[in-house]
Amino acid sequence: MTTTAQPATGELGKARRRKEDARLITGRTRWTDNITLPGMLHMAIVRSPLAHAKITGINTDAARKMPGVHGVFTATDLGAQDISMPCAWQVTEDMKSPKTPPLAVDTVHFAGEGVAIVVARDAASAEDAAGAVEVDYDVLPPVLDMEAALADGATLVHPDLGTNRNALWVFDSAEAGTGGDVEQAIREAEVVVTRRFHQQRLMPSFMEPRSIVVDPTGEQLTMWSATQVPHIVKTMTALTLGLPEHKVRVIAPDVGGGFGGKLQVIPEEFLTVLVARRLGKPVKWTETRSESMMATHHGRAQIQDLTLAARKDGTVTGLKVELIADMGAYLRIITPGTPLLGAFMFNAIYKFPAYRFACTNVFTTKVPTDAYRGAGRPEATFAIERIMDELAVELGMEPLELRERNWIKHEEFPFTTVAGLTYDSGNYEAATAKAKELFDYDGLRAEQRRRREANDPVQLGIGISTFTEMCGLAPSRILGALSYAAGGWEHASIRMLATGTVEVVTGVSPHGQGHETAWSQIVADKLGVPFEDVEVLHGDTQLAPKGMDTYGSRSLVVGGIAAVKAADKVIEKARKIAAHMLECSEEDLEFAQGKFTIKGTDRSITIQEIAFTTFAAHNFPEGMEPSLDSEATFDPENFSFPHGTHLCATEVDTETGRVTIRSYVCVDDVGKVVNPLIVEGQVHGGLAQGIAQALFEEAVYDEGGTLVSATLADYLVPSAADLPSFTTDRTETPATSNPLGVKGVGEAGAIASTPAVVNAVLDAVRHLGVTDIDMPCTPQRVWRAVQSAQGAAKSTSQHATESAAGGGLGSIDAQGGAQ
Amino acid sequence: MIPSAFDYVAASSVEEAVQALSEAGEDAKVIAGGQSLVPVLRLRLAAPTKLIDLNKISELRGVREDGDAIVVGAMTTHHDVINDPLVREHAALLALATHTVGDPQIRHRGTLGGALVHADPAGDLLAPAVALDAEMVIVGPGGRRTVPAAEFFVDLFTTAVQPDELLVEVRIPKKTGWGAHYEKFQRVAQAWSIVAVAAAVRTEGGSIAEARVALTNMATTPVRATGVEQALVGQPATAEAIRAAAEHAAEGTSPTSDGDADADYREHLARVLTGRAVAAASGLGG
Repeated sequence: MTTTAQPATGELGKARRRKEDARLITGRTRWTDNITLPGMLHMAIVRSPLAHAKITGINTDAARKMPGVHGVFTATDLGAQDISMPCAWQVTEDMKSPKTPPLAVDTVHFAGEGVAIVVARDAASAEDAAGAVEVDYDVLPPVLDMEAALADGATLVHPDLGTNRNALWVFDSAEAGTGGDVEQAIREAEVVVTRRFHQQRLMPSFMEPRSIVVDPTGEQLTMWSATQVPHIVKTMTALTLGLPEHKVRVIAPDVGGGFGGKLQVIPEEFLTVLVARRLGKPVKWTETRSESMMATHHGRAQIQDLTLAARKDGTVTGLKVELIADMGAYLRIITPGTPLLGAFMFNAIYKFPAYRFACTNVFTTKVPTDAYRGAGRPEATFAIERIMDELAVELGMEPLELRERNWIKHEEFPFTTVAGLTYDSGNYEAATAKAKELFDYDGLRAEQRRRREANDPVQLGIGISTFTEMCGLAPSRILGALSYAAGGWEHASIRMLATGTVEVVTGVSPHGQGHETAWSQIVADKLGVPFEDVEVLHGDTQLAPKGMDTYGSRSLVVGGIAAVKAADKVIEKARKIAAHMLECSEEDLEFAQGKFTIKGTDRSITIQEIAFTTFAAHNFPEGMEPSLDSEATFDPENFSFPHGTHLCATEVDTETGRVTIRSYVCVDDVGKVVNPLIVEGQVHGGLAQGIAQALFEEAVYDEGGTLVSATLADYLVPSAADLPSFTTDRTETPATSNPLGVKGVGEAGAIASTPAVVNAVLDAVRHLGVTDIDMPCTPQRVWRAVQSAQGAAKSTSQHATESAAGGGLGSIDAQGGAQ
Repeated sequence: MIPSAFDYVAASSVEEAVQALSEAGEDAKVIAGGQSLVPVLRLRLAAPTKLIDLNKISELRGVREDGDAIVVGAMTTHHDVINDPLVREHAALLALATHTVGDPQIRHRGTLGGALVHADPAGDLLAPAVALDAEMVIVGPGGRRTVPAAEFFVDLFTTAVQPDELLVEVRIPKKTGWGAHYEKFQRVAQAWSIVAVAAAVRTEGGSIAEARVALTNMATTPVRATGVEQALVGQPATAEAIRAAAEHAAEGTSPTSDGDADADYREHLARVLTGRAVAAASGLGG
């Protein structure tokens, strides 16, 4: 036996440090860009600087003659003009789908779109040659404004579609039989609140830029990719490029973050495959940060019109949601369905009797959108939590009391909502009570009153977000009903090695989540083996052949449960062998802490001993295969519904407009917890990204359609220095939909926090007459809102000069005096 | 991303660096800490054919006392400036402003001279140099010359340093016993200043005897707020008097409009932040 560690006891719920971290933070790891193969070439991509233009000529002569260049290719050179990037979600039967070649053929539709590729012996030579490719364009008008794009006579992004409208998707509770008629509710309402909110464009700013290596020289074509979804990439590569699926192997080695930005099947993956096969050599492509910002899909980008009907006592009676969602220029893997992931969440934790959701998807000449942490649900949560505050103001009610009046009571679970989902469990009262206490809600309200009365230049605001979300994507039958192309199951297998240690193979694909640690805890707990004796294997389609990968807070609640079910099968096999060895009946055995014991005796056998017996297979039950190894595929019956109460206190400096988060308290209920430290990390990271949407981040385009926030000097990702010390806590209402009682936590912080912050900002300046501020709530926007409310707004730009401002790398010109 | 190819010279003395500059012609660039130049090269916003590296010239590093001034070598890192006892005693404003530059890694690589010659209007060390009446010592083929800070910053990213010259040291008249404060306004901790105010104040018996105020990013070059300085002298060091004087802060400025701030907002910020900077430099709370 090699094992010296103790059997696991109480592994579930233990705040173990992540076993991945020592390796990751000391650089003893392998990212895709670290991979170097013999004879490997490097690819660079020539990208369009224009948002919308006809390509009238591509001259590659100079580039071809540059030192080290092996080839320069356009779409037609690669035979890629008829290839179309896959979209897995046909949201309506009449959805309009444009042709989406991996390189532009005759027209570019967004700034950053690939036009040609260069392959050279090293990355610098490829970059030099890419700069020498001359592309001639006839500029076309950009299509930037979503509403203008939908108007008659608008410039069409894809003229062959005849419209910029991609699809109109509707859910109506009266039609679905899940609730009443919202128009009637609005007609009969005592109070109607109507608001428009803007979800700005965001960029999923993962730490590791995307990178791909393709080796075409083996029997199987092997692709390493910094992806969240190696299994989906494998299947889509086979389907799209016409390769036999069994001849394709995809490996996601250590991957540095994704946040949805890497759940994509990207043109660069196919281009690398095409050119590697063409040249017969391994090819690598690694993007720069700016390239990532211009070419990786963006997120959010919606206009949200909400109409809320209520009675004067605060009881909500109906909700109508009309969205316009920006697809960008093309449909990526789940672009058209991303806003629909919010369709079932606008009603949130509240008992709306009538609900209607209508989403108009529209094409623009911008980077395509797709999933970004929360994907549809942050947008929904923002809108409902913002408008609940507006209703509270309208009615003069305390906003927490208004929420409590309308939320589902803990004794009402399971509860089927007006959107047709059945929330399995929750306790909004408990989470809210705990959050209020930790926050000192009443004390802060008192301080807020004092500051208002004193006309303090720094005002205090309190923001609330009582959120829930649907995650754990997803029950396959529901995905089918939504016309999604694939299922939502997950797979795991467990291999019992001869020495009693354990290999767990999972179909999820971690990229920072800590699955190796959590899965080890789960399996150690189930099998009663030491935590250290479990190895978790993943991210290689040759090793982990079945999987649906990692996104939508699905890994634990779907993939983790598959591991539990595989472990159950191992135990059942081991029980037969134990009974055989101990010469007793299976019913006489009890299994605990890795040991089968004959009830009422001290006769026992450990699972490690059974593993060796199985390896030897000398003395085995009649008719039984000599193997403990087991696998399971788990398809969930329901989504996971984590919830929580987030409270944010902001100080708003009314003289400068600066917003400072004074305190942030969140009490999340993610059911039972496997590793509290990992949960804490997920919540912290999610909060940072949600707060970033509220205060800092925005993808900005200029009038010509150029992305002007294409460096991290211009796109402001906050660091720890910009964020408060979070107070996080939990309540624990177990999920009833899975045997561990767990709920997803990957997106909760990002979903919940944005409205809490914006509500707090508005609460600080509401008494000055401010009713709304667009995100991100920059100092200038806040200051102008205060000025405008006080009727003292000055005209903007009265002293604007021609000169560029300092700061921001984009403002440094080539003649600059950098030293 | 990868810079274009360039030749590289690591000079070991000022003479050698000046010689190399003269020989290389206009397409050469001097690299100091590289905290601005390297990103520019990586983004290919500049493609010099030769880089002349000053990092091995030890005579350009360090701080010394010279009569009624301190002299800071151009290649002294931000970290060393912040922690230098002479700077802290006699030019506290410079230490305070330098502490707001970038993050610890940047402050260990970036240099005072590099930041001044880069002359980014949003850079944080230009206004303190102007407020402290620093003198820039420049060496070129024609020898050594001294340019006052007020004349050193010519335009956006442009200084009095000619293509064949080097900034070698910064002489700062001692302001021993003065109060100082650098009030920086930016959106995230590591962003450039939208507006910032450098203030140094000498108080006598509760009154302001002398004041030096300069503004960051309110024009293409740092702006000395002389109107504020004049209004402060002789006033009691009270919040009210300071606020009144700060109303002059936007005079003579020509701020730009960009994604973070329009010009009128910058002017407003200049007034508010000047009041806060002077109050803090005068020892008033907040």
